[in-house]
Parts: sequence; C-alpha cells; structure tokens
Amino acid sequence: MIFPALFFYLFAAVLIGSAVMVIASRNPVHSVLFLILAFVNASGLFVLLGAEFLAMILIVVYVGAVAVLFLFVIMMLDVDFAELREGFMEYLPFGLVIGGIFLAELIAVALGWAIGPTVSSAVTAPIPADVSNTEAIGLVLYTRYIHYFQLSGLVLLVAMIGAIVLTLRHKASVKRQSIAAQNARKKATAMAVRQVASGQGLRESDAAEWVK
Amino acid sequence: MAEIWTAYLWPLIVMVAQSVLLLVVLLVAIAYILLADRKIWAAVQIRRGPNVVGPWGLFQSFADLLKFVLKEPVIPSSANKGIFVLAPLVSCVLALSAWAVIPVNLNWVIADINVGILYIFAISSLSIYGIIMAGWSSNSKYPFLSALRSAAQMVSYEVSIGFVLITVLLCVGSLNLSAIVAAQDTKFGILGWYWLPLFPMFVIFYVSALAETNRPPFDLVEAESELVAGFMVEYGSTPYLLFMLGEYVAICSMCALGTILFLGGWLSPIPFAPFTWVPGVIWFVLKALFLFFLFAMAKAIVPRYRYDQLMRLGWKVFLPISIAMVVIVAAVLQFAGLAPA
Repeated sequence: MIFPALFFYLFAAVLIGSAVMVIASRNPVHSVLFLILAFVNASGLFVLLGAEFLAMILIVVYVGAVAVLFLFVIMMLDVDFAELREGFMEYLPFGLVIGGIFLAELIAVALGWAIGPTVSSAVTAPIPADVSNTEAIGLVLYTRYIHYFQLSGLVLLVAMIGAIVLTLRHKASVKRQSIAAQNARKKATAMAVRQVASGQGLRESDAAEWVK
Repeated sequence: MAEIWTAYLWPLIVMVAQSVLLLVVLLVAIAYILLADRKIWAAVQIRRGPNVVGPWGLFQSFADLLKFVLKEPVIPSSANKGIFVLAPLVSCVLALSAWAVIPVNLNWVIADINVGILYIFAISSLSIYGIIMAGWSSNSKYPFLSALRSAAQMVSYEVSIGFVLITVLLCVGSLNLSAIVAAQDTKFGILGWYWLPLFPMFVIFYVSALAETNRPPFDLVEAESELVAGFMVEYGSTPYLLFMLGEYVAICSMCALGTILFLGGWLSPIPFAPFTWVPGVIWFVLKALFLFFLFAMAKAIVPRYRYDQLMRLGWKVFLPISIAMVVIVAAVLQFAGLAPA
C-alpha cells in the first residue's frame, strides 16, 4: 500500500503546484504548459483510482486537442506584458469582489454538503471483476444516460456549426482549385497536337481552335 | 522486510530490466532502420547511399551519433531557454514511452494494460508538444511557422486515426493490444487478419500515420524548400539528435501499431507447422519492417503535398470515409450477428 499512496502524494503535489503556477507565471505560454502538466497529473490520479479509461480520455481530449488549440491561440497573440501589469491595481477591487463571492459560494456549498442515501452504499459496492472499467462506463452511458449523451453531442454540433457559419465565406476574387474539374481533364480536352509546317508557324487565328 | 522485497522491489527490478532490454534492442534497431531508410531512398534515386563507414556503411548511424554527441549544443540568446531544452526531451521521451504497451509476442509486453490502444493514442496526441514547444521557444520565424503548421496537421490526422482505431475496436471488442492480435488468430491465417475486411481503413491508417509522424510526402513541418528545417532550425548537436531519434521511434511505433491492428501482430501468416514453429517476435519484426519499407518508398517516390491539399485530404476525404466506415462496420457486425460479446 506504500506505492499507491506515494504516487498519490506525488501526483497531487505536482498537480496543485502546477495549478498555482498557471495563474502565477508571467508568461501566458508557460501558464498553458503548466495547465497541461496539471491535466497529466490529474489523469495520473484517475489511474490510481482505477479509472484508466477516464485517464486516457482526459489526455486525448484535453491535452491532445483542447490545450493544443489554447497554445495555438496564445502563441499567436502579441501580448505586451508591461501593459498587462499596468491595470493590475485598477482591476484589483473587481477581482477581489468576484473572488470573494466565489469563495463565499464555495463555503456555502461545503457547509450544506450532504451525501445522498444511495451514494454511500454505491461507494462500498465492489467493482465487478468480470467487467473492465471501459465496459462499465459504456454499459451505463449508452443505456441509462443515453439522452444526456446525445444532448451533449448536439451541443457540440451546434458549436461546430456556429464556428463554421462565422468563419466560412467565399470571396469571388479568390481563385480556388477545383479538384473535380482538374481530375475531369482528359487528353482530348486538355491538349492538341499540331503538325506545324516549317518556316510558317501557327497563326493567331488558330488560337480559338487550340483551346477547346 | 521480505514482504517488501517480494511485493515491490523484485517486480520493480524485473520491470526496469525489461524496459532497459527493450530500449537497447529498439535503439539498435532504429540505428539500422535509419540506415535502411537512407539506403532505400538512395536505391530509388540510383545512388549508393552511405557506404563508407564500416562494411556497406553499416556503422554510419553510430558515426552520426558520435558526431552529434561530441558537438557543442548552441542555445540562441533570444530563445526561451527552459522550453528550448525541454522540447527535444519531450519529443524523444514520449516517443519511447509508447513502446511500454506494445506486445511484440504473446505475453512479451512490459505493461499489458486494458486501455493499451488509448494509451498509444494519448501518447501520439502528446507528441505534438515537442514540436510546438521547439517552434515557439526558438523565437525565430521559420520554427514558429513550422509549429503552427504541425499543430494543424497533427490534430487533423489524429481525427482519422481515431476513427480507424474505432473500427478495429468494434471488430475486437477490447482496448487491449494483445486481445486485438488474439482476435485475428483464425484458421485462415493471413486472410483472417483485419487488413482484408477493413482494407479502406488500412489505407487510411497508413496515410494518416505518414502525416502524423511528419514523414514525406506530408513533411510540411520541415519542408526544407520553404522553412529550411522547420522547428529544428535553431537546434544542433544532441538536442537535434533527440528530435531525429524521437521521429524515427514514432515511425517505428506507428509501424508496430499497424502490425498489431491490421497484420495480426506476432501471428504466422500460414497457420500450420512448420510456419507456426517460427517465434512470433520474428513474424512481428518482419511485418513491421514491411510497413516501414512502405513508409520509406513513399518518402522516395511521392512529391510533397501542398498545405491546402493536405488539409483537404484530411478533412474532406479521410474524415467522411472513416465516419462512414464506422457506421458500416457497426451495422454489419450488428445485423450479421458478428459483434463480439
């Protein structure tokens, strides 16, 4: 039992340390990299809990896709650090008020916390040995929670359509490659072979005939 | 005390010994795979390739290794030093760590985890960070452009690789890599492996693996005619060597993954004696080398894609085909009663 506990404290300490560094580091790119470290450690904690499917999905989705786009956007931003720090004192009261409200809410939630009567029995229920973690999630997700699952899929679809609608525009001035038109070109439509008499060359008036 | 020894220390020692053995074999194999890559490329162009160091140039990779290691590493003064040094380490370590779950023979695997294929997918989705970090921290234009290109390219092709994995998983019913090989163990031998029923997905996997590992014809990340050497412009000596090593290890793990998913892993292509007497690891290596030969031939004979063509291929060709295949495979398995329990 020493090793799991050891790894738990390792992952937890690095997770909290990197989470602090996300807001403490001056450079936004460093912040995102610390955020990624936090995600990876969180997935380590999932592995310790025996939730290996969630651990891998956390890395694939958050680290492999979401954080890449974060990093992508932040690297493109031309951040002026002096300007960022300039307004610090000005916005400090707002920040303190919002932080205070959030803290009060968290405390209220923590004080009013009550564990449901069925939950405590579910915690102690043994994990069935014949079903792997992935199968167990699938069995619940696609039967009992199928409507929530499909709804969340629809939410993502709406977001995707929204992004496409906002960015997709066809400018008439931009020449576009038409792959189908290119592939449809055949020898007969694309080229013509001429027997050119020596010393005469081709006449301008033939030009219309060249380009069929 | 004895309990700690049997419960923790001895398994730890065994695991470390296995890992070291795998790493040594893998790295020596990579040295010769790198040489083979250059030799195949040279043969296609009717050149000799490296032929000076050792007989037939067999020691060329080791000479290169010595050259890189003995050179002075140069860190540009305007670079972000920490990340600049971290980037090659990240790309090399991540590529090597994928090999922890790859079974090269029955029960010859360091970590036989339930979600092996997701682990490999996760690791390959992380490998993009080495390139992005290198491109950003170099604080220079060409590396940065290269990092942007790689981010878009690798994210795009990961999507189609994901769908390829899903179709295979539908047929197997398990995320464990050994179980995927075991599911292909039928009495039909080579005809029972998944390359035949899932042939379109095999082709998509092969092309996406080229794009995912930044191999030609999809090496826009390091297109020398446009970006000099892309994200590696500012790197030299050992850090550069680590990038190179990470790239080839990633290629090898993609070949191994293709072998496991579509070519029956360690299974013999002809399922009766004397072919089944050959150790499984030999079949595995032969199949992986066959896939690598295809990679090397693609590098030698296919011209580089343009960036918009690359994006079109990923999003407008591979994505619709692979989504359709997921639906078709699922429907066939369900209605023909072939779905694994």
